[in-house]
Amino acid sequence: MTPNLVLAVLVGVLFATGVYLLLARSITRALIGLLLMGNGSNILFLVASGRAGRAPIVTGHDSSGMSDPLPQAMVLTAIVITLGMTAFLLAMAHRSWQLERSDVVRDDPEDVEILRRAEADDLSDSDFVGDDLDEGTAP
Amino acid sequence: MIALLLAHVAAAGVAPALVRRWGRRAFLALAVPPAAAAVWAAVSTAAIHDGHPVVERYRWIDGLHLELGFRADTLTWLMVLVVGGIGAIVLVYCAGYFSDDEPLLGRFAANLTAFAGAMLGLVTSDDLLMLYLFWEVTTVLSYLLIGHTSELRPSRSAATQALVVTTAGGLAMLVGIVLLGERAGTYQLSEILADPPRGPLVTTAVVLLIVGAVTKSALIPFHFWLPSAMAAPTPVSAYLHAAAMVKAGIYLVARLAPGFSDVPLWRPVLLTLGGATMLLGGWRALRQHDLKLLLAFGTVSQLGFLTVLVGTGSRAAALAGTTLLLAHALFKACLFLVVGIVDHATGSRDLRVLSGLGRSLPVVAGCGVLAAASMAGLPPLLGFVGKEAAYETFLHSSAPGSTWVLVVLVAGSILTFAYSARFVWGAFAERGPRSRVVRPDAYALVGPVLLAAGSVVVGVLSTRLETLTSSYSRLWPADGHAVHLGLWHGVTPALGLSALTVLGGAGLFAVRGGVERLQAAVPTSLDAQRSYRATMRSLDRASLEVTGGLQRGSLPLTLGLILSVLVIVPGGSLLLGVTWPDEVRWWDTPAQGIVALVVLVAAYWTARSRRRLRAVILVGITGYGTAMLFLLHGAPDLALTQVLVETVSLVVFVLVVRRLPQRFSDTPPGIGRWARATLGLLVGAVMTGLALTATTVREAIPVSVDFPRAAVEFGGGRNIVNVTLVDIRAWDTMGELSVVLVSATGVASLVFLRQRFVDRARQALERTRSEMAERPPGRGVGWLARPMGVASERRSVMFEVVTRLVFHTVALWSLFLLFSGHNNPGGGFSAGLVLGLGLTMRYLAGGRSELRAALPVSPGALLGAGMVLAAGTSLVTLAFGGEALQSWIFHLHVPLLGDVHLVTSLFFDIGVYLVVVGLMLDILRSLGSAIDDQIEQESELTS
Repeated sequence: MTPNLVLAVLVGVLFATGVYLLLARSITRALIGLLLMGNGSNILFLVASGRAGRAPIVTGHDSSGMSDPLPQAMVLTAIVITLGMTAFLLAMAHRSWQLERSDVVRDDPEDVEILRRAEADDLSDSDFVGDDLDEGTAP
Repeated sequence: MIALLLAHVAAAGVAPALVRRWGRRAFLALAVPPAAAAVWAAVSTAAIHDGHPVVERYRWIDGLHLELGFRADTLTWLMVLVVGGIGAIVLVYCAGYFSDDEPLLGRFAANLTAFAGAMLGLVTSDDLLMLYLFWEVTTVLSYLLIGHTSELRPSRSAATQALVVTTAGGLAMLVGIVLLGERAGTYQLSEILADPPRGPLVTTAVVLLIVGAVTKSALIPFHFWLPSAMAAPTPVSAYLHAAAMVKAGIYLVARLAPGFSDVPLWRPVLLTLGGATMLLGGWRALRQHDLKLLLAFGTVSQLGFLTVLVGTGSRAAALAGTTLLLAHALFKACLFLVVGIVDHATGSRDLRVLSGLGRSLPVVAGCGVLAAASMAGLPPLLGFVGKEAAYETFLHSSAPGSTWVLVVLVAGSILTFAYSARFVWGAFAERGPRSRVVRPDAYALVGPVLLAAGSVVVGVLSTRLETLTSSYSRLWPADGHAVHLGLWHGVTPALGLSALTVLGGAGLFAVRGGVERLQAAVPTSLDAQRSYRATMRSLDRASLEVTGGLQRGSLPLTLGLILSVLVIVPGGSLLLGVTWPDEVRWWDTPAQGIVALVVLVAAYWTARSRRRLRAVILVGITGYGTAMLFLLHGAPDLALTQVLVETVSLVVFVLVVRRLPQRFSDTPPGIGRWARATLGLLVGAVMTGLALTATTVREAIPVSVDFPRAAVEFGGGRNIVNVTLVDIRAWDTMGELSVVLVSATGVASLVFLRQRFVDRARQALERTRSEMAERPPGRGVGWLARPMGVASERRSVMFEVVTRLVFHTVALWSLFLLFSGHNNPGGGFSAGLVLGLGLTMRYLAGGRSELRAALPVSPGALLGAGMVLAAGTSLVTLAFGGEALQSWIFHLHVPLLGDVHLVTSLFFDIGVYLVVVGLMLDILRSLGSAIDDQIEQESELTS
């Protein structure tokens, strides 16, 4: 099967722009990036499924020249899930705005704390520091 | 056997309730299942020893060759007696040991009963995988039991240590099991042992299994967990750490020995570890002051002894091994129970503090002395019989190294005699002012008395024991010298060795002060406990460094890391081992090129855009363009759904974006612009590469070639995509509906936040309902039903008129799509989205009250009903003898409509429809109405 060059390039462009936006700190921007990537991966399904053809609706006994229905079913569910996810991320953006008057994702304080500990070689919350437990300390 | 197991499970289930009701006496009832197991074994004695193992098999998962297989032969019989009998005794003891106000007693009772069940399962399983399952259940339960007093740090730490060590061994064992099972072609133990496979792979497997046994039975170098585990309540130590869990490893070795004792490595490994453990445990026991720790190290020593015996793999050694196994269970459980009573009676277990208990607690002391005598190997107790048989075995064995083994056993037994004496002297002798005691509870005495009596009775009747257990040892051929159980074999070299043991042990006890000082002076350079802690510490350290290095808290950095992996791994494989297509086509139709160009430009400007709304509209254009591409590809269903979703998304975006600033903020990003662009380009290039090569690497014929025929014949529809969704791959759709449900719930909970906001919305809905019932929408109200959600200056008559005119048409169209979707483009998804768009119009024209009037139900009801309908369809077909989600086709004649052919999957599709409508209503109500409400409240507050 010969692949479709225009669509393949379009997949790349949608992913490139999508990734660029996804790496931004604004939730809305990242969401828009995700939507671009979503469109890109749906088109990737088309390219991978082969040639364009008739709609996969059985009319006679002949099913040749029909486009592949299985990827289409998968993409269809993906489209609806994307809608649910869009709504969810927008609700998150809204909540973040309510709390901080901004939809920017800040650094996670827990992770920053772990990083600080790693840099300071701080093992203080390990259960295995010091030897308070010699052989068997029954209560 | 499965009935006995289920009885344990049931008892564990009701244990907390029983304890709440009856307090500690509930343990008496809980002792019934293990007692029943022991009785069952006793009743089946005759059949089992006639060489008719009791076998039960139940089908479980055919595809994985998993079955519930149980088999009771002589070894199992012995283990069931030990596990069930001592389990029952310990549970009865609990009824006298604990106080009614002991915290978390119900949970403890459940765990202990369940543990007895797991042990029973472990020793009766005839399937290696099931054995592993029970093995790990005992590990988990032992964790919970050791950590019973979870508020104490040593207790938690000891529990974790036991868990980590035994699970690590368990995992090694699992690998061994899989290797062995795959090599043998079966996981059934009895079959594997009947024809044991051989080869380097099997040797590896057996060594891995031994690792499991060694960790479980606390042999060197993993012995350290057992003394630490003495943090557990004493009944747990008596059961887990004397009779049951630590014996699991011994059981495994004994079980495998008939088939594998001549595998290379088997004997050297087991005899070395066993012998070393016996000596080390005995030596360390001699310096303990805590009676319980003394017993713990003694147990370590005895487990080493047992490993040597069952690991040797000869008729005589097996006989001695099984005898000692029983002897050890009897005397060690008894001793632990005695220590528990002493502890409760005096408040101490320190042998430097206790004094005069021999006189103040005569019954307890009597039991303790008898059990200790059995441990020391004095006649006429069972411990003596076992030890004598062991000496006899190695005195007459011609196997290489037997003399060394014998030397180790004698030395170990001398140590055992010495620490047994130390125990009796420390616990019961009078060495100063007599300790004050509290009378023990009668129930607590039952166990020690029975167990001590057992040591005597079985010891005296040991010749009878031999006839019962010898069918296990007869799995090995008779060798030169026959060994028999008994108290008196005449004056033999073995008797001489026994005398030597007593003399040596007594001597060692006499110089106990010197021994203690010597031990204190010799540094323990190879401390396993310390190396365990060092290992765990470096694990903690490594995890800290890895987490700190990879997860820096910045979302862009984390995403960047993930995407870099995408570039490196799949991208690298594109460069290395993939065939690229020889030729490419530009497009299928030139129209694709034009649309692609539009999408490309729109995508570029989306990325450049700094204004929020502009970015939203541009990404919408890419979406509509994608829909066009779907249509050009020959996917009308996709095109329809995509157009609808894109429209809905635009509306949703606008609903939320109205609250946010117009421009994206300029906070410094986690990654610089150029880095983001570079990573974007790399990912884009990889994806283009994947798109180009995806078609060339395809090898198999697509599964979908049969779909057209299947859709018509089994699915009863001509639209293959729709039939795929509701029938052929309906399970996928079911999963997707759940995702939709979850995200809708997420949206609602992020917006409503608190119960009172939800209540407010519910009250508003009820108000609208009752208003509509009183005053049906009609003349005088206007074009819409309840357009009071929009301020009058913002109302648009034109929009209201259009909404009024098209809404019902839209609703009808939605139903048409739903019912015709099986044969033509449409179906539940697009139909639901269409109705959702109609609702959106009503909401935009008339505000939130209009939305409530348009569909006066809560979105939750729609989502729930849809999910129930979709799942229900699968259950109904199942109930009528079909497969889940199978379609049935009915042909009906309906007046006016003519012949209708009804496919049951239509109901599934209606479920899909309801879920999608529910999602739409949920979005409008949360991101629309609820935010309107918040905006209004805020403006009221500010004005």
